[in-house]
Amino acid sequence: MSIKQTIRRYVLENFLFTDDDSALQDGDSFLAGGIIDSTGVLEIMLFIEETYDIKVEDEEMLPENLDSIDNLVAFVQRKQAVAA
Amino acid sequence: MNAIPRLLQEILLTAVARHPERTALVAGDARLSYREVADYACRLAQALRACGVERGDRVVIFMDNGWRCAVSIFGVLLVGGVFVTVNAQTKRDKLAFILRDAGARVLLSEPHLARVFGPVAEQLPALRVLCTADAEALPAGVENLNEALAEAPVTPPPQSAITLDLAALLYTSGTTGEPKGVMHTHQSLLFVLDSINEYLGFSQDDRLFSALPLNFGYGLSQWFSAVRAGAMLVLERSFTYPAQVFKRMHDEAVTSFASVPTIYAMMLAQDAKQPLRFPSVRLLTNAAAALPVEFIPGLQRIFPNAGLCKMYGQTECIRSAYLEPARAKVKPESVGCAIPGTKLLLLDENRRPVAPGEVGILYVRGPHVMRGYWNQPEKTAEVLAPGPLPGEFILKSGDLFRQDAEGDFYFVARNDEIIKSRGEKVSPAEIENAIYSLPSVREAVVAGIPDSLLGEAVCAFVTPREGDKLSVQQIKRACSERLENYMVPKHVLLVSELPRTENGKLSRKLILERYAALITESV
Repeated sequence: MSIKQTIRRYVLENFLFTDDDSALQDGDSFLAGGIIDSTGVLEIMLFIEETYDIKVEDEEMLPENLDSIDNLVAFVQRKQAVAA
Repeated sequence: MNAIPRLLQEILLTAVARHPERTALVAGDARLSYREVADYACRLAQALRACGVERGDRVVIFMDNGWRCAVSIFGVLLVGGVFVTVNAQTKRDKLAFILRDAGARVLLSEPHLARVFGPVAEQLPALRVLCTADAEALPAGVENLNEALAEAPVTPPPQSAITLDLAALLYTSGTTGEPKGVMHTHQSLLFVLDSINEYLGFSQDDRLFSALPLNFGYGLSQWFSAVRAGAMLVLERSFTYPAQVFKRMHDEAVTSFASVPTIYAMMLAQDAKQPLRFPSVRLLTNAAAALPVEFIPGLQRIFPNAGLCKMYGQTECIRSAYLEPARAKVKPESVGCAIPGTKLLLLDENRRPVAPGEVGILYVRGPHVMRGYWNQPEKTAEVLAPGPLPGEFILKSGDLFRQDAEGDFYFVARNDEIIKSRGEKVSPAEIENAIYSLPSVREAVVAGIPDSLLGEAVCAFVTPREGDKLSVQQIKRACSERLENYMVPKHVLLVSELPRTENGKLSRKLILERYAALITESV
């Protein structure tokens, strides 16, 4: 599964509790959509840390890195590129 | 202008008369002076008047926790209306309930919430909906608030409210599942505000920080405290992205930080990885849930120059007790004494005083006590008891306390089944109702279990109907479609049978005894 598919599935299952792909667009802001809140963002962070074996620094906990599927995918790819 | 304000909006008008160019509010990209806040609020009041809003009419503010929400509160007050702030996380059914229950004349909202309020507004033809919009397309029947504001004059419309009129309906979770509108008057809110500002000692040089929602007393009082003192409020939408929040706190050199134990727990965890320091903060406050004593040393490291003020309250009176910083070190487990100008009483089931040192139900006496629950005389009668003087009412809290020889109070236990998660009041019945919306559910019981981050975690125990398929995901989804995020159960346990008392009643106590260990193990 691609990074995008994996993250999409995780967010849909754990925050929207659905497998309906149309429930979320890749560019939708989690915050503006009321999809996640402060504990949700910690769960997403732990998920990508474990799944992709990366370390998210506190100062990287920003909407531009975490607040949509697109942002998450780009962030994971950047982190993997640095680690490689 | 009166030296002693009679109406809540006068605190804004006084501040703008004294120092129009001082910064009142920083939120997101917005930085508003007192003059800008007052101008916007006056325009909004005029736009509301053009919609027919008169003295006593309810206006629901369904907006993100940002500058528009904060300023709109004063707009509603300036037209003589009653503001009803509703959390932006609220889902369709609950929003519809509140709009109907309050008999709202106008709904103020923002375009990205249209998917929630759009279908609701269609069902309420008498409701006027005003939505901020620049280029966004609005649903049919929704009026453009920005256009209405552009045409409105910058003077407040004439209005004739008096201090005994309602200023706010603050909806709060009830044990029966339906939210109740707590009625506060201009007088009760002004009173509690002055009492709070007295013991916290805010001045116009303070820069208050809050990421608390404006729809509940603790968050709302941050904004009112700031305006009353002529100070500045730095308002964040939430604590979702801590790095962003911390940067804002540093950049604005905030002097006061108001939060709840869940956020403090998160900050302590971050501090353990990489030190967090906020030397500009002089005052740290905690409310909404009891602060674990073991948090205190760590918080003093993070806020090296701050005194910690522990507070206790409820929507029905906003604030009941406080423990000032000097005494917090001596009595870290106490919530202190009654806020200035009020009394706290410990009474038994027959409303007689308990013996010194004994546990009793906490009652609150003072001008800050609500007028009751909107349209709910029976529920009001359960919590407002006759006071010492004719026509006076004292407030029965949902909590059991004891008092030491010096008069300081200690929380013992809740006297009802409300769960406190992330500092939010969570009604088990409200969640159970959401779960029962699934036809495959036979029985559902919701209870709180201790959680190091959340205080209590919401936990649902569900039995399916025989032969029916039911999944944990279905249950969580049913909840997330109807409830605010913090109410969605963290744990769901599907079981074949729920334990009952000898009388055949479902018992939270027995259920927790039997199953809590299963959940703790699975975490």
